Amino acid sequence: MKSTLRSWLKKPTFRALLFWLLPAAFLGYFFYQPLLALFNLLISPEWGFDLAQLDWEEVWDPLWFTVLQAALSTLLTLLIGLPGAWLFSHFTFPGKKILKLLTTLPFILPTVVVAAGFNALLGPRGWINLGLMALFNLESPPIQFLNTFAAILTAHVFYNTTIIIRVVSSAWSRQNIRLQHAANVLGASPWRTFWEVTMPLLRPAILGAALLVFLFNFTSFGAVLMLGGAKFATLEVEIYIQALHMLNLPLAGVLSLLQLICTLVITIGHNRISGQSVHKINTHSKEITLQRPRRGWERMAVITLVITLFILLVSPLASLAVRSFIKLEADRGERGEVRTGLTLQYYRELWVNRRGSLFYVPPITAAQNSFLFALITILITVSLGVLVAYALRQRTPINRILDPLLMLPLGASAITLGLGFILVFNHPPFSDVEFPILLPIAHSLVALPFVVRTLSPALQSIPISLRNAARVLGAPPLRVWWEVDLPLLAPSVLVSIIFTLTISLGEFGASTFLSRPEYPTLPVAIYRYISQPGALNYGQALAMSTLLMLVCAGGILVVERVQPQAKDFF
Amino acid sequence: MKRTRILLVLLMLAGLVAACSTKTSQGGTTKTRKLTVMTHDSFAISEELISQFETENDITISFIRSGDTGSALNQAVLSRDNPLADVFYGVDNTFLTRALEKEIFEPYNSPLLGSIPEEFKIDPDYYALPVDYGDVCINVDKAYFETNDLPIPTSLEELTQPEYAGLLVTENPATSSPGLAFLMATIAHFGEDGYLVYWEDLAANGLVVASDWETAYYTNFSGSSGQGPQPMVVSYGSSPAAEVIFAETELGEAPTSSIIGTDTCFRQIEFVGILKGTPNRDLAEAFIDFMLSVPFQEDLPMQMFVFPVNAEAELPAAFVENVQIPDQPASLAPALIEQNREKWIKAWTETVLE
Repeated sequence: MKSTLRSWLKKPTFRALLFWLLPAAFLGYFFYQPLLALFNLLISPEWGFDLAQLDWEEVWDPLWFTVLQAALSTLLTLLIGLPGAWLFSHFTFPGKKILKLLTTLPFILPTVVVAAGFNALLGPRGWINLGLMALFNLESPPIQFLNTFAAILTAHVFYNTTIIIRVVSSAWSRQNIRLQHAANVLGASPWRTFWEVTMPLLRPAILGAALLVFLFNFTSFGAVLMLGGAKFATLEVEIYIQALHMLNLPLAGVLSLLQLICTLVITIGHNRISGQSVHKINTHSKEITLQRPRRGWERMAVITLVITLFILLVSPLASLAVRSFIKLEADRGERGEVRTGLTLQYYRELWVNRRGSLFYVPPITAAQNSFLFALITILITVSLGVLVAYALRQRTPINRILDPLLMLPLGASAITLGLGFILVFNHPPFSDVEFPILLPIAHSLVALPFVVRTLSPALQSIPISLRNAARVLGAPPLRVWWEVDLPLLAPSVLVSIIFTLTISLGEFGASTFLSRPEYPTLPVAIYRYISQPGALNYGQALAMSTLLMLVCAGGILVVERVQPQAKDFF
Repeated sequence: MKRTRILLVLLMLAGLVAACSTKTSQGGTTKTRKLTVMTHDSFAISEELISQFETENDITISFIRSGDTGSALNQAVLSRDNPLADVFYGVDNTFLTRALEKEIFEPYNSPLLGSIPEEFKIDPDYYALPVDYGDVCINVDKAYFETNDLPIPTSLEELTQPEYAGLLVTENPATSSPGLAFLMATIAHFGEDGYLVYWEDLAANGLVVASDWETAYYTNFSGSSGQGPQPMVVSYGSSPAAEVIFAETELGEAPTSSIIGTDTCFRQIEFVGILKGTPNRDLAEAFIDFMLSVPFQEDLPMQMFVFPVNAEAELPAAFVENVQIPDQPASLAPALIEQNREKWIKAWTETVLE
């Protein structure tokens, strides 16, 4: 009996299945079950959906646009992100830590606020347009940014560059620089070394990050709706229109099914291209040593990159934060002259429940709620993520099937999933109106693919020889894990935690569906302000967003403080 | 390296403590019974009023607020067989037929319906009872029209005149409920044969279309804090009052006003109903009576910026001074809306956006 179990345990497929058990059950129960139930209901005769009557043009148009904008956005993001990764993995310069922190923040901001930030900067009365009008004596704003295709692309680059920078720079800094030196010694030009040594080694990281970015753009909703204006619709926007405005749930179902199929095809395609080439950590390898830019061209490049990142990623954030302290209003009782001045009024008002409203939420409480959900999300994703990473290390065909299924939540529309949740989890403990446990679960579904894509390559790069050495020295399996795997995984666990933190803090789509009024998160509180007219509401929304950025930056700093040696990686 | 493990252990502990502590702190004061109300995100009420109702009836009320009207209604429909709540508030006349067709409500003939004018009682069988109404109107930036010596338009027709070219921003009816309401005002006014011609003229006159109210109001409208380029926006009749109440500095008068000509505003009436199969029918009835009673009705304007349907309720001063209520708001039969919503939106999209 014992011996059969042991022989079973030696089979990679069986071991993989053991590791998959919990994550697969989680995904099956919380993701596939609600989706299937919803699709099943929508094809029932009661909803009277007739596929034959479908106007396919209404499906292909948004699909084509979705693919086009996602591909373009991903290319542009790589164009900015890859040099950014080079910058962060090779050089030290003053303000590096702060810049790195700031480039992470776009990821957490709700689109409503990002739109406000871009408006404060590039809108018709934004500072750039106002400046140009004053400078050249123009009558009307020269830059028309909002409601253009360019605005959508810019917003996507703004949101996702951090993914490329984080993932690729972490891989780049772990590269064995001796290989490049060898190539140089053998007479290869720097250019050739880059293309034939560096790039192939970076390929898995770049492709993995690009896939995540592509999927994020593929299901983009807020940026397309709010910055692109009425003329552009991705599948996700179309699902929103059909489900919530036309009340045509069956068509919304068809569209989200299509979106899921596309996600599956993209993921499988990606896995084919990227293959399984993982660069093992070599105990004799020499990593890139960070240094100040010395040569002239290096200095030029570093300065250009820092400025580019600053303009693209930091300036919209900054304009938003600055705007939350500035009173741009004329005292409107008296017409005319716009009186600007500094004010803390928006911040003070956040703490006042002016109308004695039941649903008023003080900012501290909203921040606490956000962190509570983020913490639960981190616990779920990191523990499940580690299990999946171990499962993926086993060489077995099972992984080729299960891995894409894990990525699918990234391609699921928040609306469809939300409706599925309502349909299936309308009984205790999930229907418990007090604590929305479904919220961190929904966040986990989105964050898990990130965590796995971060942990899995790191785990596979741990050489088996290290583990064998520990085992030979008499360490039991758990001790080996604790002493060998965990410390080597640490930097990637940290990256996972920060990604999960930012995803959970900023998530809004599922939050509107699943949150309970007693537990509003920061993005929900921001939305409450900006969805009402009045100067104070607008100012408070910006003030709350600035607090969200601060809170998130604080969270990241705390995580880094506990883990100082991981700074090079993150 | 040790720190990684400390971090992990700390995280797990923190998570456990946080999860447990919130659980216990919530369960402090339990009343004998519980009533759950499902509604949309804009729902609001005074803390004082609701706790008074809770004490009087010895119940706890929980609210489920989820998304806008469309998403809240979808939730009620999808959870019909196993309702998440006892009462649903917030379906409006544009979605009413859908709610009635999907049979999510039980009828209730509240004694308070006597104080509500007939014009609001659209459902004669009282599956859905009217609670409040609001008008979707065009707001204008008063300062712009004054400085440019331009008369404020008073009718839908005037908006196509060249002097108002490029001055109006509206929302896409496919993605925004005020946008849809304004589209329906034009259909009520020009008829199904004429509205598309009107929209062609509007589009030719430099109409600006935003996706959602937030963008239209805060990015495009010059009368809001966003200080955009257009001095006219499709918003709510109560927005001028909100501009006063939520002003940074005290304002003598509202910076904006609504155009209240014939059919320039579309009236939205919001309804409440008892969800079918509730085990708490008596409490649900009590709650609906409470919603229709004068104290709740007088609380409505300041909390949700809508108007009470109860004729005995009085409006707060900020509303009396700054809000213009149209004499002839546009309206369409809910059944007609349900039948044609998709068709109208598609036709609009083809006319205006393509």
